[in-house]
Amino acid sequence: MSEAEAKKPAARGGRNLELPEHLKAYKGVWVFIEHDRGAAHPVSWELLGEGRKLADTLGVSLCGVIMGGPDEPLDAIANEAYTFGAETCYIVRDPVLKGYRNEPFTKGMTDLVNKYQPEIVLLGATTMGRDLAGSVATTLATGLTADCTELRIDPATRALAATRPTFGGSLLCTIMTLAYRPQMATVRPRVMQMPDADPARSGRIVEDSLGMIETDIVTKLLDFIADQNSNQVNLAYADIIVSGGKGLKSPDNFKLVWDLARVLGAEVGATRPVVQSGWVEAERQVGQTGKTVRPKLYIAAGISGAIQHRVGMEGADVIVAINTDPNAPIFDFAHHGIVGNAMQVLPVLTETFREHIAMRSRKAA
Amino acid sequence: MHIVVCIKQVPDSAQIRVHPVTNTIMRQGVPAIVNPYDLFALEEALRLKDQFGGKVTVICMGPPQAEDALKKCIAFGADDAVLVTDRSFAGADTLATSYALAAAIRQLGREQQVDIVFTGKQTIDGDTAQVGPGIAKRLGLQLLTYVSRIAELDIESARITVERRAEGGVQVLKTAMPCLITMLEGTNEMRFAPLENMIHAARYPVRRWSKEAAGIEDLTKIGLKGSPTVVSKVFGPTPRAEKALMQSVDDASPRDVALNVIQKIFTQHPTLERDILAKATV
Repeated sequence: MSEAEAKKPAARGGRNLELPEHLKAYKGVWVFIEHDRGAAHPVSWELLGEGRKLADTLGVSLCGVIMGGPDEPLDAIANEAYTFGAETCYIVRDPVLKGYRNEPFTKGMTDLVNKYQPEIVLLGATTMGRDLAGSVATTLATGLTADCTELRIDPATRALAATRPTFGGSLLCTIMTLAYRPQMATVRPRVMQMPDADPARSGRIVEDSLGMIETDIVTKLLDFIADQNSNQVNLAYADIIVSGGKGLKSPDNFKLVWDLARVLGAEVGATRPVVQSGWVEAERQVGQTGKTVRPKLYIAAGISGAIQHRVGMEGADVIVAINTDPNAPIFDFAHHGIVGNAMQVLPVLTETFREHIAMRSRKAA
Repeated sequence: MHIVVCIKQVPDSAQIRVHPVTNTIMRQGVPAIVNPYDLFALEEALRLKDQFGGKVTVICMGPPQAEDALKKCIAFGADDAVLVTDRSFAGADTLATSYALAAAIRQLGREQQVDIVFTGKQTIDGDTAQVGPGIAKRLGLQLLTYVSRIAELDIESARITVERRAEGGVQVLKTAMPCLITMLEGTNEMRFAPLENMIHAARYPVRRWSKEAAGIEDLTKIGLKGSPTVVSKVFGPTPRAEKALMQSVDDASPRDVALNVIQKIFTQHPTLERDILAKATV
């Protein structure tokens, strides 16, 4: 497709690409603020950061949507949302909203949208966000673009241009919802930058009622079993990650990844084939169908750098890759490349880091 | 029980390559497979059938060649297969797809009441995870996504209890059937298709439904016309300008290579060195 053709989407298939008059009243950028057990999910702040830019470009307001039970700290979460750029927070407070369930949350969200008419609605692409977004978009019969890696405003149409990977990341496409409102999009945690918080900012709350009672709701939440602390993997927000791929040849060799991670105080990541072979738990998978990470340092051992893995970690500040193949795709986007056998290089790196840390710690002491 | 499993035939995206000049997908030689996530849904459906009896119908909206994917599911043990295929479905986004599939499932329900609709977590080509929730909404089914385990099922009371993957833990949810479940990967292990199943599948007359047979009434809701999302641009990922600073253990000792890399990184990123020193557990 040439650049000229790419500028205005072709009106094929007899479908309408012009925004109908009555939908032009939809104004404002909304972010669904996801929270769990008293704390907001950081993806909500990343979305407010991105939403702020979109709202500024359009010259409209940025608002948060918070739904939960009466005994949850929704006002405190709203206060935090203001520091990340939200001007107004729409709050729906009801006992049936304690703990996520599709039915009441979908109703709450769609009622708010129908009443206050935002032009853009953003949600985190978490299990909650994707569950909710799909139901809300279908109820509102509007367009939803999943797992966006970039969000811009198209100057010609003032519409949201949402870019996302397809075919496992081999291709990127830019998608727009031109003739329907609101334009909905989900974004994975860590894809957008965490914005700076401005503690001086404040905003206002608009409260709405849900209009549903427990007996209306068919699905019951019986229990929530939290992940064990020892099993808890906080890969998405880790600053340093050491990751291993099939180039390590065996689960025994994968121990070398753990050794280096220990010395660096790092989290351990892995590629999809490694997870599928059962060498590590699924929560450690980095990539298109795993986690997106943005660490300061990412060390990739025995990883070829296929696109499905690349899209999950190319945002790292420093990427060090170890591979026996000098033509491995990972060297196309790593910052430092070591051509060698990871089984040989990893223990040496571990020892060298250990010595360096010890020496620097002694100096500092 | 009547369980419906939605499947999709997809190109094996792990093998997809992008033409470096035209930025189009090079499909030649890339095998068409059953979307891998759908197989976990199918296996779960077959296990419920093993346990409670009944029928598993697989359904797919796709071009004529998608029949192969449906036959594979028959080989695994599905009892019936329906291909919903019509030129007017072309260009459908997830909203238009869920409309067509919901209509077809409603039609299946007229033949025999449907208790559970299964889908996989997402497809490996579209990767949206949106069609399952869309079908549930349109059919008024209780939606249970990211299900890792079916804990309990009581046919008489039409109640089902599942475990659902959430951030930081697992939700235990109980709801009424009919419901729609999107199944997480890695939750079960696909059974083998014995030879006689494969022969049976090869001969199986997959039912073909055009839009009329599928009970689709509103033609403005299918295909390109029924799709609010518009693809305005398709392109390959931009290659990075600078390649990596390379070293080889053939040219220098591993230790020298390691020292070199560490020194370079810490010189360029002094705050990184500080962070590591702070965390260090030597």
